[in-house]
Amino acid sequence: MKDFAAQAIPRAINWNRLQDDKDLEVWNRLTVNFWLPEKVPLSNDVQSWATLTPEERTLTIRVFTGLTLLDTIQNTVGAPALMPDAQTPHEEAVLTNIAFMEAVHARSYSSIFSTLCSTREVDDAFRWSEENQYLQAKARLILEEYAAGADPLKRKIASVFLESFLFYSGFYLPMHWSSRAKLTNTADLIRLIIRDEAVHGYYIGYKFQRAAEKLPEAERAALKDFAFSLMFELYEIESLYAAELYDGIGMTEDVKAFLHYNANKALQNLGYEALFPPAACEVNPAILAALSPDSENHDFFSGSGSSYVIGKTIATEDEDWDF
Amino acid sequence: MTNGLVYYSSGSGNTARFVAALGLGASRIPIRPADPLPPINVPYVLICPTYADGEGRGAVPKQVIRFLNDPSRRALLRGVIGAGNRNFGATFALSGDLIAKKCKVPVLTRFELAGTQTDIARIRAGLEQFWGAECSTMV
Repeated sequence: MKDFAAQAIPRAINWNRLQDDKDLEVWNRLTVNFWLPEKVPLSNDVQSWATLTPEERTLTIRVFTGLTLLDTIQNTVGAPALMPDAQTPHEEAVLTNIAFMEAVHARSYSSIFSTLCSTREVDDAFRWSEENQYLQAKARLILEEYAAGADPLKRKIASVFLESFLFYSGFYLPMHWSSRAKLTNTADLIRLIIRDEAVHGYYIGYKFQRAAEKLPEAERAALKDFAFSLMFELYEIESLYAAELYDGIGMTEDVKAFLHYNANKALQNLGYEALFPPAACEVNPAILAALSPDSENHDFFSGSGSSYVIGKTIATEDEDWDF
Repeated sequence: MTNGLVYYSSGSGNTARFVAALGLGASRIPIRPADPLPPINVPYVLICPTYADGEGRGAVPKQVIRFLNDPSRRALLRGVIGAGNRNFGATFALSGDLIAKKCKVPVLTRFELAGTQTDIARIRAGLEQFWGAECSTMV
């Protein structure tokens, strides 16, 4: 008989013994938020799609193939690459959920395509995604950090940048269309993706902070330098990518403000301060409104809106309230 | 300081970083239910992040609900600032709205994650003005 004692003990996951409450909190959030593209009535956008110019249609399909590539990478490489570094068994379980939802996201772009576009248009765009130097450059940069042997914390940084920064040059466009009452069902689907990516970036960033706080000061400083320089590198590529895509409709500067704003939020997920100054992050209010369309928009400090009235936002009750 | 600031921040530390940058001094509602809640004896503004699911459930952290369940603490609450992430769409900073509704106080404003420099400046100024107005109505 073989010597079994020398081997590591395979352990069953016990969700009733948590080392980190955040794992259960995020697991619950992600599982409750589960969705599939079939839930969104994309075919209602067929008429709206017909009102876009051929140039606008090509742009939209290209943007969505670019997003598909990022989701594919996160599904097949990014989230699985984080699993060996998981600090708790529950974190591994959460990462399997993240990986699967990335597959749902990647799949949902194809649902949009099959609803709105011709096969040829889509095939052309996938070919474009393989040949576009900027899209390929950002994908390669992230994949280098995901590669076996790379630093586990650098992998997390790259992953947060993908989830919380790189998607936004693409997400801008459906928010832009939505603000003009175009492709509104597609925008609803994209908002579900945005919601998921926000949880992913938050959670991976949180795990990064937990792991980084255990390191000596010098190593923490080196990681921070790495994070900011990777952000610079990705930002340079993103600026060129955005210009190539959006110059045609004159939106590049608007997209860049959105990139700066999201780069700062990605850094906040890692616990870092902002990189871009406030003046560079003034996102078009129509885009912000498209991101959170039904949320209340009152501000007592500036005297706008009514502060006591809750509109149609979900009146949530929690049994824990005593009054 | 005559008026208070109370906040909750989970392990991600976003709200804690915002409050530190605000530099006004504030009491933190602890993450662990076993830890004692901070003593409250002056009127205060509450800063609360949001943890809602897609339907808005679970927006207000349990520990904040527990804190507000005490009528004497609730009586001193004057306003709430909601924190969150616009990427959550309709539920962005929802906890502020829910607390305002439950406790019948105004939502003063909202901000994202750990706030921006602009948020810090406008909320510092807003709080100063708010407490000024609050004092004059009490005279």
